[in-house]
This record gives sequence, structure tokens and C-alpha cells, in this order.
Amino acid sequence: MNKNHRAPSSHSLGTVEVKSKFGAEFRRFSLDRSKPGRFDEFYGLLQHVHRIPNVELLVAYADVHGDLLPINNDDNYCKAISTASPLLRLFLQRKEEADYTMFGTDSMTRKKNTVLSAVLLRPDTNKKKPPVIISLPKDFRPVSSIIDVDILPETHRRVRLYKHGQEKPLGFYIRDGSSVRVTPQGLEKVPGIFISRLVPGGLAESTGLLAVNDEVLEVNGIEVAGKSLDQVTDMMIANSHNLIITVKPANQRNNVVRGGGGVGGGTTSGSSGRSSDSGASFYGYSSHGASASAASHIIQNFPVGELDSDEEEEDLVIEAGGEAEAIGHAPSSYSIASVPRYEPHLNLRTNPSSTYSIHTNGTLPGSSGSLNNTNADSATPSPDRAKERRSLEEEGTVITL
Amino acid sequence: MKRFRRHGHESQRDRLKQELYQFSKTVEHGFPHQPSALGYSPSLQLLAIGTRSGAIKLYGTPGVEFMGLHDENAAVTQVHFMPHQADMVTLLDDNSLHMWTLRRHKGLSELLEIGRFMLMGPPGAPPSVTRVTAVLPHSSGELLLLGTEGGHVFVVEVPGFRELEERNISLDQVSNSVPVDYIGRRNLEHVEALQENPTNPSQVVIGYGRGLMVIWDLENQCAIQHIPATQQLESMWWTEDGSYILSSHSDGSYCRWRVGGQEETEEEEEKEKSDIPYGHFPCKAITKIVQLPTEEGPPFLLFSGGMPRASYGDRHCITVIHSKTHVALDFTSRIIDFFVIRDGLEQTGDPSVLLVLVEEELVVIDLQTEGWPVIQTPYLVPLHSSAITCSQHVSAIPLKLWERIIAVGELQKTHYSKKPWPITGGQNLGPDPPQRDLLLTGHEDGTVRFWDASGVCLYPLYKLSTAAVFHTDADPNDNLNQSAEGEWPPFRKVGCFDPYSDDPRLGIQKIHLCKYSGYLTVAGTAGQILVLELNDEAAEQTVEAKVVDLLQGQEGFRWKGHTQLDVREEPVLFPPGFQPFTLVQCQPPAVVTALNLHSEWKLVAFGTSHGFGLYDYQQKNNVLIKCTLNPSDQLALEGPLSRVKSIKKSLRQSFRRIRRSRVSLRKHHVTNSSKLQEANARLEAELAEMELAPVQRKIEARSSDDSFTGLVRTLYFADTFLSDSSHNTPSLWAGTNGGCVFAYMLRVPAVEHRADEPVTAQPAKEIQLMHRAPVVGVVVLDGHGAPLPEPLEVAHDLARSPDMQGSHHLVVISEEQFKVFTLPKVSSKMKLKLTAVDGSRVRRVGVAWFGSNCKEDYSESGLIFLTNQGDVHVVSLPHVKMQVQYPCIRREDVSGIASCVFTKHGQGFYLISPSEFERFSLSTRFVVEPRCLVEVPLHLDSSNPHRAEPGGATSAHRTTQHSEDAEVLQEIQKSLEGDQTSFLENNVKHAVA
Repeated sequence: MNKNHRAPSSHSLGTVEVKSKFGAEFRRFSLDRSKPGRFDEFYGLLQHVHRIPNVELLVAYADVHGDLLPINNDDNYCKAISTASPLLRLFLQRKEEADYTMFGTDSMTRKKNTVLSAVLLRPDTNKKKPPVIISLPKDFRPVSSIIDVDILPETHRRVRLYKHGQEKPLGFYIRDGSSVRVTPQGLEKVPGIFISRLVPGGLAESTGLLAVNDEVLEVNGIEVAGKSLDQVTDMMIANSHNLIITVKPANQRNNVVRGGGGVGGGTTSGSSGRSSDSGASFYGYSSHGASASAASHIIQNFPVGELDSDEEEEDLVIEAGGEAEAIGHAPSSYSIASVPRYEPHLNLRTNPSSTYSIHTNGTLPGSSGSLNNTNADSATPSPDRAKERRSLEEEGTVITL
Repeated sequence: MKRFRRHGHESQRDRLKQELYQFSKTVEHGFPHQPSALGYSPSLQLLAIGTRSGAIKLYGTPGVEFMGLHDENAAVTQVHFMPHQADMVTLLDDNSLHMWTLRRHKGLSELLEIGRFMLMGPPGAPPSVTRVTAVLPHSSGELLLLGTEGGHVFVVEVPGFRELEERNISLDQVSNSVPVDYIGRRNLEHVEALQENPTNPSQVVIGYGRGLMVIWDLENQCAIQHIPATQQLESMWWTEDGSYILSSHSDGSYCRWRVGGQEETEEEEEKEKSDIPYGHFPCKAITKIVQLPTEEGPPFLLFSGGMPRASYGDRHCITVIHSKTHVALDFTSRIIDFFVIRDGLEQTGDPSVLLVLVEEELVVIDLQTEGWPVIQTPYLVPLHSSAITCSQHVSAIPLKLWERIIAVGELQKTHYSKKPWPITGGQNLGPDPPQRDLLLTGHEDGTVRFWDASGVCLYPLYKLSTAAVFHTDADPNDNLNQSAEGEWPPFRKVGCFDPYSDDPRLGIQKIHLCKYSGYLTVAGTAGQILVLELNDEAAEQTVEAKVVDLLQGQEGFRWKGHTQLDVREEPVLFPPGFQPFTLVQCQPPAVVTALNLHSEWKLVAFGTSHGFGLYDYQQKNNVLIKCTLNPSDQLALEGPLSRVKSIKKSLRQSFRRIRRSRVSLRKHHVTNSSKLQEANARLEAELAEMELAPVQRKIEARSSDDSFTGLVRTLYFADTFLSDSSHNTPSLWAGTNGGCVFAYMLRVPAVEHRADEPVTAQPAKEIQLMHRAPVVGVVVLDGHGAPLPEPLEVAHDLARSPDMQGSHHLVVISEEQFKVFTLPKVSSKMKLKLTAVDGSRVRRVGVAWFGSNCKEDYSESGLIFLTNQGDVHVVSLPHVKMQVQYPCIRREDVSGIASCVFTKHGQGFYLISPSEFERFSLSTRFVVEPRCLVEVPLHLDSSNPHRAEPGGATSAHRTTQHSEDAEVLQEIQKSLEGDQTSFLENNVKHAVA
């Protein structure tokens, strides 16, 4: 965040100037910065000043970075008021005509532990093909995250699944099995609990963080060693609203490697300078099938205009599989309603002229070119956790591809 | 400083916990599962029963009980008391012999295993040579004769199990002397029986399987007489005067042989009598025969089996013949063994009582009363004469009700003999039970049995049958004694084990007894709810049925289960006891899953998988019907039958689980790292097996669409603050399988208007638990945080009236967590998560009261609960903090867990087999356990000089008591035995090694 921008100008300390654009019309008015009121009052005011009392509006403002961000609740309204300096530029659209794609991915991360993904403002000029309609950012919720990366052994992964009362089932099965442990007597086989099946379209599958044959080590911080399959089942169901499973992935090649080795390792190209500009903006996802798995990929919200690497772009095509394909990849039971809402982001990447770039921390043991890997299309994105981002920032290994 | 104080507080709490809680399994009630051996000591007057699972149980006078368990999980095949001693030898089917003794410790006797022994043959001999088939404890108390499959008789010195090789009677020694003309002389086969001459301890008779019996002189090591029976031998009996031997055979015959006459010459006379009692057609074997003399008149002859093979081969009979009386006692299950108790101090008088151990019960027959009536057993009563379907425990029964129940029970027991219980060994030193407790068991055949559960013996008081209210397929007259005159064999049915239910719909599912008013309500499988009242007189009355439609007009449902029971419309004569006066029938007639009775408000609440209702049994009308069924829940309508498939599946899965847990159990024994590899290999094999058939569990959050969410799990009445905090009102609470709690405000008219003004119910609250786990209990706490008292408890001055000043709290117990809510505004205050933390789920829960064993006046209320993992826990009230946790039941024992009931004072019962309750206690103050002493009567020749071996005497034990000579003597003997044990165990180790 640019502190200069945030600091209010001395002469406009008390009021905020508002310049509101609806179609070709502008209205100007001012608001008391200390008492901005509530969003619905503000909304009414906008309808009033534009004399469009019965028109459903989509309200957006340009933030300090020039990103077009929505105003649709008290929180982002307050945010808009408080960061306006001195002018708050509003853009109104009829809801029915609203072009949701004008919002770009942003990462106005409000809380440390959740990722509120905002969207990217993209100038109309860059828009060649309208992608699928995605909902407003207020409907975004985290569905899964990898947490505690900094405290867990590298071979383990702690996954949080947010059930949140959504309709999508958790969608996985567990079974008994045996795993090998190192003991003073040597290797010993001990009974363990494993993921036996992922339900297509279920939360577990769609996050891509869990896979068949992953060994379950903990459920919400409680070790499952010595517990029966039924006990573990009951524990998971009891925690189903906010399930945190620590697994030892069957595929150990995709682990997050901390310690920042291999910065240049496999990454073919990058301009890290720009990505660090983007600061907090990131959007993490991972895939278990692809070797890119737990690494964070950051979609930057700057209109870059040209991509750094055509090769990488092709990767993305494969990964996202195109709009139709992406959905087509989903098994038939995959109802539209249960399509993860973030999927369109992926689709965005299929647009060759999309103006964004992808960052990854280049610590993958293999080449990040392995995104080309045909497996990559099974990758599904997921919001990541702030912690991970932190580690990325600290190590400065973020590289623009 | 602060931390310091808190630490002090915690340790204080820990100390308090120790004063309040203590877990122990105290006593097993009922009849041992799968008994396999019977023994009796006339000198100790103790009865011993061995079971197929390796348990050994001793019983004396009521209250005197001992239990032991062999480490080997093998069946006990024989039990023999050593004559005139407190020692006992058991033979297991793994061919090991075990020596047990009753040792005195701190004034009480304990049953201890003091040695084990495995017969070792000569090197290279086949195992059959040493396979023990017959055991004879010699009357000297020092020798044990072991007959084997190979035909040898080994002589072993006890209690040390020292083989006396020089005294062994080998097959060669015997067969050399067998008469040349005996047809079976080439192969005498195994030793079937061994008997000692009652008049001459140096003579024993060895019976071989082929039929030959040899009287052997132990002193001179030679055969005295050969008895050349030609039929396969089953058993032998040496008559008391020593002059005859009776043998019974596999063809259903028995023979009487004269002992000691001149051989050869009088052979014709020798075989005085041979008889096939149920002859002409082929008969089954007579497995045991006993003949006992009477002072005057003919002897008693008793034998088991011998029935005509074709017509009565499936009967389990013992025939008793005395003079002209001949009765074939016909038992309902297989006969294990029997013995006869005789009159007199030394048990040498007339036969007085016949004890028969059959597979499912112990039947005791009075042989001295006309008609040979059965004596009611004070213990070992088969709980499962019809399968137990549910149970309720009622603590502290008021004396008045207690006496009335006993009185009506006595009327049912008129056919029993008046003879006192004949087994009187030992002394019961336990204190008198502190209160009168009832255990009520509901059975599959529609009966409710009332048991005196106050003490160590679970004694039957009264049996209530609900079948008379309904028309059933069975004719009530056809199961009585219908033995026709002149029938041969002269059968007489004995025993009460009758597992066959006329109509499964009669099964009792829920019981609720109000101990203050004597009202009882029972509910059954076909949605029937009966309210009964205790009446000391017989009464003829019609029971009116009221049908309650729980679907409440929900359309499109079709009940696919059983039909409701047909009610008898004509008046029925009910015997004295609990008599039904009102009947509610739920529609659909699904099994009743929750039941509660409020005798003060005269209301009964009931629930099924479709909804719940409230019935006013004074005005005999419905107050409330609530349908809880989810419209999309089809499974709830199918009735119990269509779920057979899933039961099958779950059975299969549980078998797999059991198998796996067994393997892992076995694995635990492997502590040695050297055996690790072996264990791993086994695990691998097991894994391979598992991969063939992986058991999967679906992980899915519960939803409102799950099946049986509407099933009502609990119903609760409370007088509390439901609408505002200044007026308390009667209320009804119902919890469902889908995590929903419904609360209704009730208006109960004042007593004077109770008969004419209607009772009304208004919906007041509905709580949907977020985690949607089944609600298994609802409790309201008063202003002091104590659970509300039972109805009428306060009216009878037996409980402090609840605190209505402070605010009440609601405790909702789901299978997964305990939640405390405020009242009247329901908001969550505290919770304790169980499943989310350790994966166990609440199966049974009860409110219990725990008193400190140190401070007389200190007590706490708590929730005692059992999880699906078989652990019992106590959670404090009102703060729902976990207090203690003890493993109690194996988690694989699903029926045991389901059968568990708690008492109000921190004890509990659960079924360890269909026929046995295990009693356990979590309370330090209320523990019911056997405390008994068995003293060995001083027998003239029982002092065993050989026991005073050098090095045996240590002084520690000796210097304790010097009051009475006899006691000192015994003390010394005990201490000597104590030392002998270690000596002996060493010996055994050598032997085994």
C-alpha cells in the first residue's frame, strides 16, 4: 500500500469529495469522512443524486492503485471512504448491464488468515472476449487452505476445508491401512488411516489438496494414531464445519519446500521486481496432480500488456483447459451450481491477451516448466493462507513467470 | 503467586475426584454364558461352574461368590474340588490342569490360581497319550489320578503337581491281566471314568472306553477285578457301600456289577442287572448315572440321557427313579452335569436335592417334597429366559412399594418348593445393602421382570406380562404342562428358559417406573404404550386403546413395517400386580424410542421415529402430537424389516473389525523387538486381506436430509422457566436424532380441576444444534446448578425442592457434545466437545449423584455416560467439565454397550452375555460387591503333614493372630500354602520348560 496515498490531505481532513459517474453523467458531492453512514444510505444517496431511484446499481470505485473495486457492503464502503484522498471516484453501472469482468483479482487481504480475493480492474480496451460471469467478490469465501506450513515437517500438509454451510459435500472416504514408521528397532509397520476415495465434485476433490492414499495424521490438531477408523470418521464428521486434516501426501513430490532453495531452479523467466510491487496481491492455488502443487501462484493485477513467456501461456491453457473444457473435465455429476466460483479465474488465463502474469515461488524441485505437464489440467486453484504468502515475501523468491 | 494458588486449587480438585470417583467392576449377575463344567464340594458346600470362555465361578450361600478366569482362553471341561480342602482342580480343553484355592486375605476369602500343570508323556509319544480324559481327586487330598486318551492313568501329587511315575498305571500293566476271552482286549481305548471305592481308598476302578472296567489296588499296584462290559462305556458309579459298581453305556443301557465276589465262578451272578430303561428301540447314551441309598427304603437312581433315539432323541432329560416314582425331567437346554446334595453334616444322609446344570440355567429340585418341586434359585437366575430388550434401574424404592411388589411376586411363586436354598457354604460378610434397588428388564416376549438389585444376588421379585392385553397367535393354554397320563417316558417339563417369543411385536422397548406412585409405563415394538398401576387384588377389566396418528396428516407415506397389535376387546382378568388401565397405540406402529412418565401431572410422553405425543392418562386423551418426520425420509417408514440388508452389511463389517482388533491385540503381546519382524509379517498378511476388502467410511457433514433425523431419542419433563424468568411452568422437552430439541409449555390444571379441565401444550422453543448430532439427553438444572428432582420426589420429602430463585439452565446432551444453555432465553453458555476431540460418541447417559467417601456431607451431581468406545466418563454439573474416564466395555461389544443402564448413585449394569449383567461402580460410596469368607471345616485327616516341608515356614504371616487355636492353625496353614505357591510355581515352570 502506498502510504502517501493513504495519508489524508490536510485540507480535506473532514470531508471526502465524491465524483460519481453513471453512464456519461457525473455528479459531485461530499461526505463527512468521520461519519460515512451505512452503505444502504449511501446507495440511496447515489440513486438520489443521479435521479435514478429505481435502478439497481453496481457501485465501484477506483482505489489508490487505480484498481476498480466494488462497493457493496458497509465494510468496503468504509474502506473506500477512508482511503479516498482526496477524491473518491465512483463508477456506477446498471446491475443488469454490469460487466463483472471489469473487476480484476486483487488481494485486499483484510485478515491474516483469510484471503479475500478481490478482482482485477481491467480497462475495457483490453477486453476482447467476455469471460463467464462471475459473482461479486462479496460471494467469495475461502473453501480450503494449506496452513501451518512453517511449523509442519515438509512431508506433511495441513489442509483446512471450509464447509460454511455450502451445499457442496466434503466428499471423501477414508480407510484403514498401514504405514511405515521409523522406530528404534528399525522400520515398523503401523496401522494408519488413509484417504480412499474422493467424490467427484466434492470439496476435497475440488481443492486439490487431498488425494487418494494420503495418510491422515491429525484431525483438527488431534493425532489419529491408535484410533479406529470409526473414531476418526466420527471426529471428522464432528469437525465437518471446519475440518483441518493433516496428511502425509502419497505424492511427496509436490511438497512446499521451505528454505528458499532453487530460486532460479526451474523457473524459466520472471521479473520479480514487478511482482514485489504488487505487494499483497496474490492468489494462491495448488494442484496435487501437477508438480506445481502447493506452491503459490500469484495472479497479478496489473495490465501488463504482454506476457513474458509464450511457453508459460501454453501451460496455462492446458491447466485451465479452456472454459468449456474446464467444466467438461469435471465429471458429469459436477453440477454447475457446485462449480467452484474461482474457476473462472482460470479461464481468464486462456485469454491470450489477458493482462496479468503469474508468479510462483521458484522453489520447485522440478522445472516450473512442468506446468506443461499434462497433469496440470487437473490442477484446481485454491486460496492460500497468509502464512504462506509471508514466507514467500520473506524469502523473496517470488518470481514472475 | 496466582499460578501457585491455581495449582493448589487443582490439586484440591484432584483430591476431591479421588474421594468421589473410583471405578471397579464388582459382580456379575445372572447365569454364566456357555457353562461347560460343574463341580460341588460337600465339605465346603460350594458350587463351581466353569465356562467355555475359561471362567470359573464359585457360589455358596447367597452373597458368597467368587470368580476366576484362566489365562488360557480355553473351555473348562472339568471341575473337581479336592476332598475336605479349599482347593479345586480344573481341566481345560487345551489339556492343562489348574489348581485354585480360596485363600484368606484381610478377613475375606479370595479365589486364586496357585498352579498349573501339563501332563508330559515320554519323549516321542503321541499327544493322545497324555490327553487327559478323566480326573479323580483321591480322597486323601494328596493325589490326583489322571486318565488319558492313551489309556494310561497318571498319578500326580497335589497341590504341587509332582508326577509320581512309579505309581502310574500304564495300559500295558492292565491289558496283560485282561481275561483272554474279553473281546475288546486288543484295544481298551481311552480312560472314560475313574472312581474310588467309597469304603476303601486304596481301590479305584478304571473304566475304559471299550467297556472294560478294572478295579485296581493302588497300594499293591495290581488289578483286583475285571468287569468285562462290552458296550461303549459312558460313566461309572461305585455305590456307597462299596459292593456294586454301576456302569452306563452308549446304547442307553446301564449295568450293575457286584464287587469282590469270587471271580470266574459267579460270573453270572456278578452281572446282576442290565437294563435299557427306555428300551425296545435304539436309545441314546446314558451319560451319567448315580445311585444313592436312603436310610429306609429303596435307593434313588438318577441318570441323564437314555431316551429313545427316534422319538425323543432331541430331549434333554434326567431320569429320577425312587421306588415307584419314575420321572423324566425334561429340560429346555442341553444338560451339562448334575449332582445330588444329601442330608446331614457330612453329606451322607438321604438325597435331598438334585442340582442340574443345563446350558441356559441351573435347576434345583427338591427330592424330599411330594411332587419334587423346583427350588427357586437365589442367584444364577437366567436373565434371558426371554431375550432382554431393555432395562431400567430404580434406586431407593420406598418400603411400601417394595413390600407390595414382593407380595404380588410371592403369589407367582407358589409352585416353588418351600425348602431353603441348599447350598450354604461360606459366610457373607458384606454389609446390608444401603437401600432397596430395583432393576427392571423388558423382554422380547412382552414381559417385564422386577429384580432385587440391592445386593450381590440379583433376585427375581415379580414378573409382569403384557401379552394378555393383546390377541396373539399363541394360545395361552398350550404351553403349560400338558403331559398326558400314562405317557412313556414320563416327562415333566422343568426350567424357565424359553427363548421363543410368540410375537416379536410384544417386545418391551422402554420402561419407566415411578417409585412414589407405583405407576409404570412400558412401551413396545409395535408402538404400544401401556400405563399400569399396582393393584394388590386381581381385577377384570377392559383396556381401552387410543390410536395416535403421529404422521399428523403428512401425505404420501406408506408404512411398510409390521401392523399394530390387536387389542382384546373383552374384559381380561389381570392377576394381582401391575395392571394396565390405559393403552396408546402409535400409528404408524413403529418401535417406541423414547418414553417418560410424570406421575404428578399424570402425563405420559412417548416418541417413535415419526414424532412424539403427550397423553393425559387421567382424562385419557391426547394433549399433543408432533410429527418430527422429514418429508423426504423414506427409510423411517419402511419399518424394521427392510433394513435387513444393511444389517447384514454392518455385521460383516463388524466381524472384520473384530478380526482386525484381535490381530492387533495379539500384536500387543509381542513386546520383544526380536518378534517384531514376525508381527510385521502378520500385519502384512492382514493388510493384504484388508486390501481385498477395504472398509471405507464416508466423511460427510450431517444434513437435514439424513435418514431418521426425526427419530425421537429423549423426552423430559421439567418445571422450569420457559417463557419468562419470573414464572416457572411445566414443560416437555423432546430431542431428536437430527439434533433438534423441541420444548413445549404445558398447562396442567390445579389438582381440584385436574379431572375436568384440559391439559394443554404450546410450542415454546425449538433448538437446532449446529452439529446435528442426535440428542440423547436433556436435563434442566436449577438455580444451584443441580438437576431438577424427579416428579413427586419433593412431595415425598425425599429431595430438596429445586431452587427456583436463581436462573435455570438447560443441558442438552448430544452424541457428540454437551451444551449448556441459559433459560428462559436459550443462548449457549458452555459446551464440552467429545467426538471432535477423541472420536467417541455418547451412547448412554444418566444423571448421577456422587458422595465423598471422606466427608459425609459432601456430594456432587454429575452426568455419567458411556461412549461407543466402551469408556465410562463422568462430567461435572453445571460446568460440564470432564472428571474421570475409565475403560469399561470392549468397543466391539455393541450389544453390551447398548444394554448399559446407570443408577442414580453412580453404578451401572451392562450385559456381558445374553444371560449376565456385569455390575460396575464409579462411586466411592456405593459399591456392591461380594465380601465373603469360606473356612475349611476341620476334617480329621485333612492336616497334611507333608505340607510342612522345610523352608516353607516364614514367620511374617504367623505372628498376626493368636486368638483361637483353630484360627492360628489355619493361619499357619495358609502361610505355608503361600510359600508353597512360589515353590510350586517354580516347579511348574520347570515342568513346562
